Parts: sequence; structure tokens; C-alpha cells
Amino acid sequence: MTAPGWLVTASPHLAPRDSTPRIMWTVTATLVPVIIAAGWFFGISALLQVAAAAGAALLLERATGKGGTLADGSALITGILLGLSLPAGLPLWMTFLGAAFAIVFGKSIWGGLGFNAFNPALVGRAFLQAAFPVAITTWPRTGGSFWALRGDLFALPFTHPQPDALTSATPLGLLKFEGQSTPLIELVRGTTTGSLGETAALIILVGGIYLALRGYLNWRIPAGILLTVAALSGVLHAIDPHKPDAWFMLFSGGLMLGAVYMATDLVTSPVTNRGRWVFAVGIGILVVVIRVWGGLPEGVMYAILFMNALVPFINRATQPRVFGTRVGVAS
Amino acid sequence: MAEARGALPVKLPGLRPAFRHGVHPPEAKELTCELPIRRMPYPDELVLPLRQHAGKPATLCVAVGDHVERGDKVGAADGYFSVPIHASAAGTVTAVEWWPHPDGTMAQAVRLKVDRFAPQVARERQVPYWEGLTRAAVVYAVQEAGVVGLGGAAFPTHVKLMPPNDHGIATLIVNGVECEPYLTSDHRTMVEYPQRVHFGIRIMMHALGATRCVIGIEKNKPDAIKALHDSAPKYLDVSVLPLTVKYPQGAEKMLIKAVTGVEVPSGQLPAATGVVVQNVGSVAAIAEVFETGLPLIERIVTVTGHGLRRPANLIVPVGAKLRDVLAYCDGVTADAAEVILGGPMMGLAQANLDAPVTKGTTGIVVLARRETRSERVYPCIHCGRCLDACPMFLNPSLLGDFARVNRLDDMAELHLADCMLCGSCAYVCPSNIPLSQLFQASKQALRRRPAPAA
Repeated sequence: MTAPGWLVTASPHLAPRDSTPRIMWTVTATLVPVIIAAGWFFGISALLQVAAAAGAALLLERATGKGGTLADGSALITGILLGLSLPAGLPLWMTFLGAAFAIVFGKSIWGGLGFNAFNPALVGRAFLQAAFPVAITTWPRTGGSFWALRGDLFALPFTHPQPDALTSATPLGLLKFEGQSTPLIELVRGTTTGSLGETAALIILVGGIYLALRGYLNWRIPAGILLTVAALSGVLHAIDPHKPDAWFMLFSGGLMLGAVYMATDLVTSPVTNRGRWVFAVGIGILVVVIRVWGGLPEGVMYAILFMNALVPFINRATQPRVFGTRVGVAS
Repeated sequence: MAEARGALPVKLPGLRPAFRHGVHPPEAKELTCELPIRRMPYPDELVLPLRQHAGKPATLCVAVGDHVERGDKVGAADGYFSVPIHASAAGTVTAVEWWPHPDGTMAQAVRLKVDRFAPQVARERQVPYWEGLTRAAVVYAVQEAGVVGLGGAAFPTHVKLMPPNDHGIATLIVNGVECEPYLTSDHRTMVEYPQRVHFGIRIMMHALGATRCVIGIEKNKPDAIKALHDSAPKYLDVSVLPLTVKYPQGAEKMLIKAVTGVEVPSGQLPAATGVVVQNVGSVAAIAEVFETGLPLIERIVTVTGHGLRRPANLIVPVGAKLRDVLAYCDGVTADAAEVILGGPMMGLAQANLDAPVTKGTTGIVVLARRETRSERVYPCIHCGRCLDACPMFLNPSLLGDFARVNRLDDMAELHLADCMLCGSCAYVCPSNIPLSQLFQASKQALRRRPAPAA
């Protein structure tokens, strides 16, 4: 019984049940129904957007990341999430650029997976918002032929896209700039316009619940965000009925996508459970403040990015009490 | 002599007495938990390292060529914080040399060629009657018998019987938790030798002046709970407390928390809360000293794992080589990958099967390839699972970041000293980061560093 050589590892010796790639790929899998829903509402354009963003993310991860990081699945998630946060008609070269920016400046220069302070997909989107403010707020309508290309998808790089006749404002935009509200049932069914992933609130919620049950996202963050938004906007609506009510706030815009898939990014959210509540409540407050009083119709992106910046402080302030460090706990 | 200082602020045991956090690794105890304890025949050679316990190694007291009987001393205790080493079989000393130690180093060891025809009965000796002994005499007898903690750490038992004088010990907690996966030696001891355990408890309570004893056993061992409950003496306050099945329930501080509800203050001994914890195997070993007079020369070892052909609970003479023990269990399977001394959560992987079973060897676990950890380590994604696993409520995620850039002072500030290397954080880490290893290395680096002036 002379084995050629025994494995010698440090304890614990049992393989963990979970792995980072498995978490990432499971999250990716739950995004597939969201992508399908986007395709249902916006046709081939939606799929092209997601494909362009995902392709660019993978390409740049390959080019700038440490070796062998494609397989961990995190770059693909960034690409898909960015794609889902864009309007269907955004010229694809912009999408490509945004995803490239997300990976290079949102992740790689920080040191790759695990080291970035800000959600890479949102970094990419913030870049696009700053660089192409008109194109990224041009919202094609849902419906129509699956094969119809919306917007000026194949505009050449650095040309101005042709304005598309078939656009309209998002429910939040309608409310903010024209004082017009959208029926809740349309919001829930997703037949309103908006970013690709904004219209499938229920599907996102189901995916989030599944991930929370598997332990792949921390339920405290979406719960905290959604409850805060609902409570705060409910109070505001009660005081001033012209302000949007809680249901409208919950199901409009990118709140679901942001709360379930972006704020919960493990890397850029707090590690302590108390910190997660602080983080979530902070995002919820900021979303309501920006939506109700800010200059923009939507505030989820900036709310999350702002709270990302506070994560190190939140972590430090919410360290758990070490066992045996409170004297006299006789009870 | 310190007196018992009244009862502890005892939390009434609720439905689920336990500590908070912790993990649930696969138990894998079904391989051996039903198998009765059997004795392994003496191998041809025994190797007795002089360092088998925490504290100072024993000093050699035999020479090459000497004949020793079973139970004779081969090494004497070097001071108070040390215990002697005894020959576990009759035979001849063939060499005293450096030999692979289970901890991965080389250590001075006595090689003993076993006399195949010796009757293996110990020399006649007088067994002291425990009730007539003072605490000091009990402590001396236990030290001379070489008894150490059999739960793995091999802390000299007599030191625990003599807690610092300013602490009155009211409660003796007997640790029958055995929370490490695979291991069943304590389980079988409790099922098969409940009377011996209770005898040991009586002696310990007598020596400590304790008024109460609680035996903590995880609920996955109902037969052990029943055996010890049914055989408990009526005239002593000895009770059995079934505990939630969770790793590391058997860690001293976790067990005290589960039994009394009190947290041992950071940086202090359990004695500070008026409690002494002793592993059930050690309690049985103390009993044996006062039953037969025999020192600790053999112990119950769980030899198991999915990479082993015939798992067993064995009485193994201290000093038997791993190679011989595994061979007695019909050897390893084709996909056996790793041999671990102790349990898979805190045990030590062995590179050399010539290393011997020592007093601290709770089990020999042969893991199959599929159970072992992969080499691939991913970056920390700050998922926070380690924070939810750490029974000491540390922040392993941040400690791990600091460990890799050698920020030892920051680690000390984050209570690295409270880490007991239970491995819960590394077990739940999806990125496969060897957190326990990093922490162990950092603790060692901190210890080696000269104390700051002032």
C-alpha cells in the first residue's frame, strides 16, 4: 500500500459545497428568463443589445483580466446586467463601448473580481449616461414585430443615431416631466417602455427569491431596498397625493433589477448583515429622493453607486461583537 | 484549596442549547458509529515520540538495548507542564532518533521492537484508592500516568485539574460532543464504557471540588445520551445535556456557552467562568488510571473514511505506525487521496505513513479524491459567508485580506487571538481561500515577534 504520494492540504480538508463560479453561473442562469422577457417585449433588438454587452465584457475580460478569469462567470454577468439596463434602441457600438468601460474601468484596473469598489455594470452605464445622454434616454416602445430593429442599432461608431419615430417616455419620465401616471397593471405586465430589464419586474423577483433561497444573494438587501422605497413613498404619497404611490415606485424603472441583481453584487455590498440593512435602506432613501426631488426621472443607478462608495465605512461600523468581549453577559 | 463559589448563572437549557453561527459539514459518522470497539494486535515495531502533548517534551529515560515492559516509562515528565511517555508494549529499544511526527516535523522518538511472545501484562502495581487522595495526589497520579486531553489538543490533563487558585470550579463539563465529521471514538466510548466515564467524573469532581457535572452530547448520538443518562449515579449532580448538532459544538468555549449560557471572556481561561471542560475520552482515561493503575499507553482511534476498505473503532497502542493501522483495516481504496490525523475539519494531513499514532490521535481519516479540496483559489468576493459561520464572531473576510499582505497588527486588533482555527470559515468559503491556514501562520508570526517595548 504505497500510494505514489499523498495529498497534503491545510485543514479543513473537506471540499466546500459551493464555489464562486457556481454562484456566478447560477446568477447568470436566473438572468436567462429576464433576457427572454426582454426579447418578448423588444424583439431581436433586445437580444442584440445583451449580446453586444456580454460579448464586449467577455472580450475585455479576456484582454485585461488576470488569466483564466473568463470561466468564473463574473464578466458575463456584468455584460448581461449592463445590457439589461439599456434601452433597446441604443446603437450597438455605444453598448459595446459601455461594456468595455465597465470591465476595464469598473473591474480590471481595481485588480479584477473581488477588488472593485463599484458595481462594474453600473460604472459602464454611468459612463454611457454621461457620454450619450440623448441616446440612452431614447426609449423604443414595446410590441411590434420580433424582427423589427428598433432605433439605429447599427449606426456607425461616432455618428449621431437617427431619431426613431416609435419612441415614448418611460413611466417615470412621464410622471416627472408630464405629470402623467401609468396604470399599475401595465407596469407589472411589463408592457411599458424602459430599459430591457426594467419591464420584467415579476420575473426578476422570482429569480431573486430563488437565488435568496439558494443563499446566492442576501435577501436583506432587496428586502431592505424595496421596503424602504415602499414605506417612504407611501408616506410621501399620503402627505401629497400628487407624488407617486408605493406600488408605482416599486414596479417602475430599474428598481427591481437594481435591488435584486445590482445592489446585491457580493463584491460591492457590505459583508456584515447589519451593514447590509444600512446599505439597503440607504439605497432606498436615495432612490426615492432622486425620483421625487431630483433632476432625473430615475435614480437607482446613482443610489447604488453612491452606497457602493460607503461600503468600507459601513463594514467598519458594523463589525460583529466578538465572542467573549462583552463583560457580564449573565442572563 | 479553592472552594466552589456557588452556582453559575445558569441559562435554563432551552429546546436547542447551542452557540450561534457554525457550520454543518457532512457527518459521515455512519461508517463507524455502529461498530464496536476492537483491539488492534501489536505491530512489530512501535515508535514513541517524546513530544506527544502540549507543553514540554518528555526527557528520555531509557537507552538503546534496554528491555521495557508494557507500561514502563521511556520518557519522564520535564517539569510541571509536561507528562511522561510510557512503552505501550513490552519490547526492546532499538534506537532513539529523529522520526516523522504527525505534525509534519521530525521529532525525537524511541523505536521499540515489540517482543512478540511477551504476555503483555503490565508490571504489578498498587492502584491508589482515589477517595483517600488529596487533590495534589490525584493530580500527581494523573500526571505520572501521562494522561492528556484525548480530544486532539493533547493538553496535559493534570494541569486542568489544578486551575489557578483564584478560580473556584463549580461545574465540570464533560465533552462528549465529538463534532468533527467521521470520528466516533468518543461516541463508542460513551456507549460501551458508560460506567468508566462516570467513575472518571467522580474522581474529577472530587479533585476539582466541583458540585455539578454536565455531559454535553450532540443529539446525533441518542444511544450515548441514553447510556450515560441511565448509568448516572443518583448521589451526584451529574446530568446529560443533548446538544444541537453543529460544528464546532465541541470547541471548549462553544460548549460552555451552550451549557451555561456564559461566554468565556476573550483572552481568559474557561476557569474564569468557574468551569472546567474535559473530553470524555480523557475522563475515561483518568478512570482507567484509578482502576488498573495503567498509564495512558493506548487509545481508541476511529479509522475511517471513504478511502478506507474496512473502517473500524480500534484500541491502538500509542506509537503504532499509521501504515500498520491502515494495513490492519485492509488498506486503502484505489481512489484514496489524503490521510488525515484527527477529523477533517481540524486534523493534519499526513505525507509520511511512518508517522505514529500519538496520544492526541482521535482518528485516522482516509479521504477519497472526490471529497478533497481543489487547488484552485478564487479571489474573495466578500460574500460574507465566513462571518455567518465564525463561532467567535470574527470577520474572516477582512482578516484574510490582511493576512495576505502581512498586516499582523491590524489582525491582532481584529481579535485574531480569539480565532481557534476551527476551519468553519474556510469550509464555507466559495472561493476556496485557505483561511485557517492563513490565520494559523499569522498567529505564529505574531507569537514569534518580540513583544513591543513599553
